[in-house]
Amino acid sequence: MTTYFFGDTAVLTGRTLRHVTRSVDTVITTAITPVAMMLMFVYVFGGAIDTGSDKYVNYMLPGILLITIASGVAYTALRLFTDMTSGIFERFQSMPIARSGVLWAHVLTSLVANLISLMVVVGVALLMGFRSGAGVSAWLAVAGILLLFTLALTWIAVIAGLSAKTAEGGGAFAYPLIFLPFVSSAFVPTGTMPGAVRAFAENQPVTAIVNTIRSLFAQQPVGDDIWVALAWCVGILVVAYIFAMIAYRRKVA
Amino acid sequence: MTAHPATEAAIRVRGLEKSYGKVEVLCGVDFDVARGSIFALLGSNGAGKTTVVRILSTLLKADAGTASVNGFDVATQAADVRESISLTGQFAAVDEILSGRENLVLVARLRHLENPHAVADDLLGRFSLTDAGTRRVSTYSGGMRRRLDIAMSLIGNSPVIFLDEPTTGLDPEARVEVWETVKQLAGDGTTVLLTTQYLNEAEQLADRIAILHQGRIIANGTLTELKQLLPPATVEYVEKQPTLEEVFLAIVGGSHKRSDNGAAKSGDTSDATGTSN
Repeated sequence: MTTYFFGDTAVLTGRTLRHVTRSVDTVITTAITPVAMMLMFVYVFGGAIDTGSDKYVNYMLPGILLITIASGVAYTALRLFTDMTSGIFERFQSMPIARSGVLWAHVLTSLVANLISLMVVVGVALLMGFRSGAGVSAWLAVAGILLLFTLALTWIAVIAGLSAKTAEGGGAFAYPLIFLPFVSSAFVPTGTMPGAVRAFAENQPVTAIVNTIRSLFAQQPVGDDIWVALAWCVGILVVAYIFAMIAYRRKVA
Repeated sequence: MTAHPATEAAIRVRGLEKSYGKVEVLCGVDFDVARGSIFALLGSNGAGKTTVVRILSTLLKADAGTASVNGFDVATQAADVRESISLTGQFAAVDEILSGRENLVLVARLRHLENPHAVADDLLGRFSLTDAGTRRVSTYSGGMRRRLDIAMSLIGNSPVIFLDEPTTGLDPEARVEVWETVKQLAGDGTTVLLTTQYLNEAEQLADRIAILHQGRIIANGTLTELKQLLPPATVEYVEKQPTLEEVFLAIVGGSHKRSDNGAAKSGDTSDATGTSN
């Protein structure tokens, strides 16, 4: 069966990618909420927020990108849930194919769909005056961190998609993830927060990731933040993957 | 794959048991299905028909008992079983967002066939779906979906085919079309196991019929054998009234063969009523 793994996964990924390209609205919807937040924070709240940096849009873009991913993976869960309930998942599982390819197809599609949404959001940010002097290697590092974060959240989405009872339930896991950047250094410096909130904000994954991306864009040294960020991403990825496999084994004999 | 004698039963089930929590769904199911025959598993809703099919198609593990398909054990040789079978589940397992043709090409690719597009076009023709082939499946009627579903199951010429309630929710014409397809399959040597809750469906199609009731096979035989279980027939003279199905088929045109356009047209209306229910 392993001989067919890559071929079968490629065929199945082609199928799920068509689901994305034929419902462009999901990609747009994914991008609209972060773009609306970006507009509001830059043109409404931003003037009153003192971050010490030159442009507020430069400051808050990393957090907005993480929100984009968090809302994008909700559709990953929804696509998987639809396959589970429509019977097509069982059809694939009863065929002589590499069975796990069905899951990997959804994971790869999630990466592509989120990449498109991220490019839309960065495009809007550029129109709003976002500028970075970062070189190719810094941009690649940013892309790598975002990819790793997407992968980690995608496996959380797989758990939700496999174990949800309703379509609404399948997407509900995304709300806390979308909210997480608000209690971090994404929009305001953590120094202004009261004790307990500040302690949480400074020690949760979003802050380390946001600070790393912000430093890369601003061509500042990333310090220890990048290692903390990578540790969080890999840690979430491993734990989510294990639980996703447990949920998968429950569904598949 | 190891060789297996042709005389051996295509499907062999012994002492199959399955519980969901405290609910015993199957409590010792035994039956054999001969190669190239049509075997109907008859039972009311909740009798455990789907559970049997899910175990035989390696989607579910039995708690006890053994089952083999095409000579392969479903528990220990699952991959070989999957090489031998094709499953048409209770609900049409088709991709709504793809077109009918793309669905067929997808399955042909996953079965690693040489020329997926030719396979797809051939099946579209055989199932009167050529005109609808490029349309998204979400626009199909219930009957068209089921035809596509069965067409997808035929790709790869599996020696054993499972059809779980293949005609549930279909209109009488579409039902007759499915019946003809099943008969043709068995004629070509495919072993067909179908589940149904329609008595006349089992009567029309099956070489052998097993009645599954409360997790056990309570009767298993040919139609003639099953009829002998009841007291001998008495001769009475009754006026032969046409059934409503005969009336319906006579009025709407009699012929089972619908043209492509007709199928799409009548399909759309039946779909509209289907969703409004």
